[in-house]
Amino acid sequence: MSFINTLIKLIEQDRVGRYLFSALLAIAIMVPVLNLLVPEGSSLHLSTYVVTLLGKYLCYALLALALDLVWGYGGILSLGHGVFFALGGYAMGMYMMRQIGSRGVYGNPELPDFMVFLNWHELPWYWFGFDHFWFAVLMIVLIPGLLAFVFGWLAFRSRVTGVYLSIITQALTFAFMLAFFRNEMGFGGNNGLTDFKDILGFELQHGGTRNVLFVLSALALAAGYLLCRYIVNSKFGRVVVAIRDAEARTRFIGYKVESYKLWLFIISAVMAGIAGALYVPQVGIINPGEFSPLNSIELVVWVAVGGRGTLFGAIVGALLVNFAKTFFTGALPEVWLFALGGMFIVVTLFLPRGLVGLYQQSREKYLAGRAA
Amino acid sequence: MKALEQLRETMRRDRVFDFMAGSHLVHPGEIDTRHGPILYVENVNVSFDGFKALNDLTLYIDDGELRCIIGPNGAGKTTMMDVITGKTRPDSGTVFFGQTMDLTRMTEYEIASSGIGRKFQKPTIFPEHTVFENLELAMHMDKGVWSSLQFRLSGEQKDRIEEVMQTINLLAQCHTAAGLLSHGQKQWLEIGMLLTQSPRLLLVDEPVAGMTHQEIEHTAELLTGLAGKHSVVVVEHDMDFIRSIAKKVTVLHEGHVLAEGDMEAIQNDPRVIEVYLGE
Ligand SMILES: Nc1ncnc2c1ncn2[C@@H]1O[C@H](COP(=O)(O)OP(=O)(O)OP(=O)(O)O)[C@@H](O)[C@H]1O
Ligand SMILES: [Mg+2]
Repeated sequence: MSFINTLIKLIEQDRVGRYLFSALLAIAIMVPVLNLLVPEGSSLHLSTYVVTLLGKYLCYALLALALDLVWGYGGILSLGHGVFFALGGYAMGMYMMRQIGSRGVYGNPELPDFMVFLNWHELPWYWFGFDHFWFAVLMIVLIPGLLAFVFGWLAFRSRVTGVYLSIITQALTFAFMLAFFRNEMGFGGNNGLTDFKDILGFELQHGGTRNVLFVLSALALAAGYLLCRYIVNSKFGRVVVAIRDAEARTRFIGYKVESYKLWLFIISAVMAGIAGALYVPQVGIINPGEFSPLNSIELVVWVAVGGRGTLFGAIVGALLVNFAKTFFTGALPEVWLFALGGMFIVVTLFLPRGLVGLYQQSREKYLAGRAA
Repeated sequence: MKALEQLRETMRRDRVFDFMAGSHLVHPGEIDTRHGPILYVENVNVSFDGFKALNDLTLYIDDGELRCIIGPNGAGKTTMMDVITGKTRPDSGTVFFGQTMDLTRMTEYEIASSGIGRKFQKPTIFPEHTVFENLELAMHMDKGVWSSLQFRLSGEQKDRIEEVMQTINLLAQCHTAAGLLSHGQKQWLEIGMLLTQSPRLLLVDEPVAGMTHQEIEHTAELLTGLAGKHSVVVVEHDMDFIRSIAKKVTVLHEGHVLAEGDMEAIQNDPRVIEVYLGE
């Protein structure tokens, strides 16, 4: 009960958060209505393609939120956060792979197609359990969390910080990409996992399923935001910012800095994993490309553009940059990478606090001007 | 046989991996001062690239004492504090807090939470946090991850922080980001953080640099008021300030104790006059 009270208080104090919740609520209702209830001929009709696209963006926004937590507040610039996203995605993909059953091309009830193709005769041990949804959900949380724990424990204990930490996170995701490209790993090699049929018995191609996934993504984003808001408003959040600004000083007043960083990193990794798990059923494929270092760097750009250390900014950045990406890659595909690079440069040079920072600044100016 | 011994030597638990050694002899809250001193610094050596910053330093601080440490620039005063707080590990020598806690084997946060607080020479506060939050962060309490996640400021704690803000003259700046304070105010804030942290032993490095005359007097009152309940070690260059608070003064020179005694004896010591006061 007191927990619910805490949450209510949190929302009461958070104006921006209320905007976000209203917006999410609005699209969670409007998008399915426009897709399912408005007839296809109408100009107001939203195609299932668009629903899926929007759902994808919401997953990216959740991922950006996860990065903002460690980078914006903890000062840990992870250039490999895609690794957690992809692992969450693979865990979900493995479940959906097992759901295909004998409906695959080779009709093998036990083995996914790519294993039959490789002449394997039995399921590798690490695929056990993935035919159960609850097990997959457990793994979606556990695997990214565990990797973050091991990596963070080693890195933070050894006091690896700054650029060095960024470089090894980048190496981490790169190593995973190379490993997952190998057929012998048993994750479908460079084709990854695809041809999914259904999830919990609901057909993935079905419009209704798509809408449910979309609404779930919106809910996950709202919950993720609320969790992050709770964390950064708690004393834990203040300690984490203190570590970001003066790490040594924080130790000298008695905080075990490694533990704080470690837990922050783990929470963020789990959020990224959940984002990945929601993403994969919507796009219908997960392959090693998701581990690509470039993806993780792009993610940093989203957060930088939106404004780090604000939570809201990460969401805005992820949505805006991805809208821009969809537009550019459709209209002018050659230009996209330059546009992305350009955005990053403009933001680092002129908008250190991103778009949200710019908005806050002009608002303060406006309020100050009115007061004068 | 020899190889085996060598292996044993390299694998010594206390030398190789800190985490294998664990936190020996730590009994938080149980500072054993039955023999008088609260801090035992014995035969400590620290060198940086061959340069001896601390040279066979031996020093004892009594429980409840207020001790002033003076010495020319580069004498090793700050390095001594670094060694006590775990920032720098000595090449040799022992540092004990009470009779049971071996500080050379404890991490910074263990040392801090066992009751040693420090004010740095260059004021280091948390710039993005408000004055209130800085004091709250420093405050004596369970500083584990889980407690921080659930932490709610109690009425008493709030009163205590307000009391401290009053003492350090920053009540009006309660909600100001600490990074916006003047140099002198930052010094105050750091002293305030020591007050809320309420450690048994306070190490205060150059507290009055950048303060006005009145502020210096106020600081002197504060520190002398703390002695008794707490042990305080003050490093300062400001001689008037030292004179106004000192009972016992230790003079450091080239990483070694040159002289120790009351202010008068120190001022008349020919060796001290030569290296320090005579300049
Ligand atoms: N990390 C370091 N690396 C190399 N040399 C160092 C380091 N820290 C201190 N020193 C050197 O050790 C000597 C002692 O320094 P320390 O800061 O302890 O002096 P101090 O007595 O505090 O001087 P001041 O009054 O100027 O603050 C100085 O010569 C300094 O240059
Ligand atoms: Mg010094």
